Amino acid sequence: MNASPDSAPRPRRRFLTEAAAGAVGACCAGVPLASGLVAWLDPLSRSGGAGDWIEVADVASVPTDGTPVRVTVISGRSDAWTREAAVPVGVVYLRRSGPTDIVALHSVCPHAGCFVDYQTDRKAFFCPCHDSTFAVDGSINDPRSPSPRSMDTLGVEVRGQSVWLRFQNFRPGIPAKVALT
Amino acid sequence: MKRLIDWIDQRTGMQGVLHEVLFERIPGGARWRYVWGSTLSFCFFVQILTGLFLWMAYSPSANSAWESVYYIQHEMTGGWFLRGLHHFVAQAMHVLLVLHLLQVIIDGAYKAPREVNYWFGVVLLMITLGLGLTGYLLPWDQKGFGATKVATSLVGIVPGVGPALQKLVVGGSDYGHHTLTRFFALHAGVLPGLMIAAIAAHVALFRKHGITAKQPYRKPDANFWPDQVLMDGIACMAVLVTVVYLTVRHHGAELHAPADPTQPFNAARPEWYFLFLFEFLKLDFLTQWFGHHGELVGAILIPGAVMGILAAMPFIAGWRLGHRFNLGFLSVLLLGAALLTVKSMRSDASNPGFQAAVAQARTEADRVVTLIKTAGGIPREGAAALLKQDPAIVGPRLFAQHCASCHRYGGHDGQGLVSSEPPSAPDLKDFGSAAWLRGLLTPSQVTNLAYYGGTKFKTGKMVRYVQEKLPKLEAKHPGALESLIEAVVAEADLPVNRAAAEARKPLIEAGRVAVTTSFGCTDCHAFRKADDDATAPTLTGWASREWMVRLVSDPTHADFYGQRNDRMPSYLKDGRLSEREIGLVVDWIRGDTDPAARLKPVTAAR
Repeated sequence: MNASPDSAPRPRRRFLTEAAAGAVGACCAGVPLASGLVAWLDPLSRSGGAGDWIEVADVASVPTDGTPVRVTVISGRSDAWTREAAVPVGVVYLRRSGPTDIVALHSVCPHAGCFVDYQTDRKAFFCPCHDSTFAVDGSINDPRSPSPRSMDTLGVEVRGQSVWLRFQNFRPGIPAKVALT
Repeated sequence: MKRLIDWIDQRTGMQGVLHEVLFERIPGGARWRYVWGSTLSFCFFVQILTGLFLWMAYSPSANSAWESVYYIQHEMTGGWFLRGLHHFVAQAMHVLLVLHLLQVIIDGAYKAPREVNYWFGVVLLMITLGLGLTGYLLPWDQKGFGATKVATSLVGIVPGVGPALQKLVVGGSDYGHHTLTRFFALHAGVLPGLMIAAIAAHVALFRKHGITAKQPYRKPDANFWPDQVLMDGIACMAVLVTVVYLTVRHHGAELHAPADPTQPFNAARPEWYFLFLFEFLKLDFLTQWFGHHGELVGAILIPGAVMGILAAMPFIAGWRLGHRFNLGFLSVLLLGAALLTVKSMRSDASNPGFQAAVAQARTEADRVVTLIKTAGGIPREGAAALLKQDPAIVGPRLFAQHCASCHRYGGHDGQGLVSSEPPSAPDLKDFGSAAWLRGLLTPSQVTNLAYYGGTKFKTGKMVRYVQEKLPKLEAKHPGALESLIEAVVAEADLPVNRAAAEARKPLIEAGRVAVTTSFGCTDCHAFRKADDDATAPTLTGWASREWMVRLVSDPTHADFYGQRNDRMPSYLKDGRLSEREIGLVVDWIRGDTDPAARLKPVTAAR
């Protein structure tokens, strides 16, 4: 009565059983795996801050001689479930480029994302990670500087006595300035 | 392809392993009664998988556990489904474990030489219960928190080491961050690790001794692959379909309001598969026979003895009638557990207090989600802080605690409980509305218990005015009473009336004149201007937020009842409630609970 399975009399039926067993098994594993993956991929369907206009400083606080001043950007921020009204979200340098014009330079290095420091004695920006250097207006001032582009500028508006800016972060490491979403 | 397979096989021996796994011999061929073990392995596989993905979004701390689970449940794409799968598969596992155990006992698969394998099964049962117990706390919601407090308190009654053990389990003398980190490490690390080891041993021993084939054989012998695999797969699929059905039907697992140790939570119950133990502990004989040791006997000794008998079953089976005893014992055990579960569910179903607590818990769970959605997120202090500032939740709670011994709210205490005592102060539901005031000014109603019936003002001037003077004045000035009511109600500025306030302006203007002239209200009350001779509560800003907060703070103030105050305490002056708390009760009574108006979405500010 112990017929060997290898000499099963109906190979067609055996194939169907094998296919069905495989399909059912794949289905059983697939549902939990897919449900986990969908939740895990959730960040892809979310975008970051839209780049709202934020009041960052008084016009009077920006030196008239063109020296950059470091300003912390305070804004509302969502971090997964936490929503905060006013927390530091970034640092920018404000600088007068003319009697009435103010430019804002992002403190994040466009090379690899480190924090760019302004050095008063050299009158230039310097990134400690890979020695990127930038002129006081944010442009690359040394051909050996590894940064693929100048420091990122941000939209600035002077409204009355206040400086407002549109704060955004940008993708480091590429020549083009692309906002992170 | 063939060459690749050969290359791998020569280095790993993979094909031999695969052959070993798939071509296990099954005497008498594939049968449905052999599927239980596979369904349990499948459940465990799903729990590992869904658990790992949940882990990627879960944050075990008292400030963020509930919040991260909220985020999974209500914000992440498909998060509710993932969490629901994990929740319901856990329940399925407990059911399947019982079925597997039953089948093993009935078929005699626990007898020599399979004793050790059976013991691994008993260990797996305990690990699964442990996983259920530890997982219940992790969302840090009212339900899990309440149930776990009971479970950990039971640990504390173990003689000698109990208190120390409890402290170790809880991670300190009080529940907090370390309770969660410890439970989470047990739930996601220690117990699954032990489980993998125990399953490996269980399956290896099962393979060593072979399947306990059921006689008589109906078919020729076969291999595990493919017939039995297909049967197992279909059984797993049935489990999965059931679980997915439950998940979709309940929209995942329930998430109650965040844990708040300062609030009673009368809807606390353990997960349903522990209900029998919960009910067992409530049985009278425990305290009657064992006095204050009842808990110890019921929660530790008797379950311990049952586990002992379960573990000893392979030996018992060696005696004459031993197998019959085992079968009988297990049947009685399962029947008893089933009866206790039904008893517990039925007594809850017929307990209005419990039902009210469940309804309240659901309201709070829904409310906190509304508050978070309106605020655009959760403040750093956590979601419990949102509830604590919410008049819709805190208002009725404070009312029940501080006001309902005299006042009523729609006949109940604010939380739905109806007292047998008659009220001794007005019913405050809809206080400040035209309907409420119209009732007060109706001769047949003014001495009702809902108005002045329970107070000393029952025989006061106002009642006399309403019953004797007002009908005559009303006949003399037809329609003027309506405008008077409008004018006084306009003082309240209730949120529900705001939209229509502009259209009612002419009526209100006419009413303001009627208050001071035709109806002579200002003989006693002040109205819209200072009046040093006033002897009754001011009608200026009557039932407005400020008016009510001031009245509750100190009804003996000259603007209110002054010396004539009946029994109303001065809540702020006597330090019974803070101004914030009084504000929350008042906002709730006034129906000022719309989160959109109260919680502005957070905006940037310099």
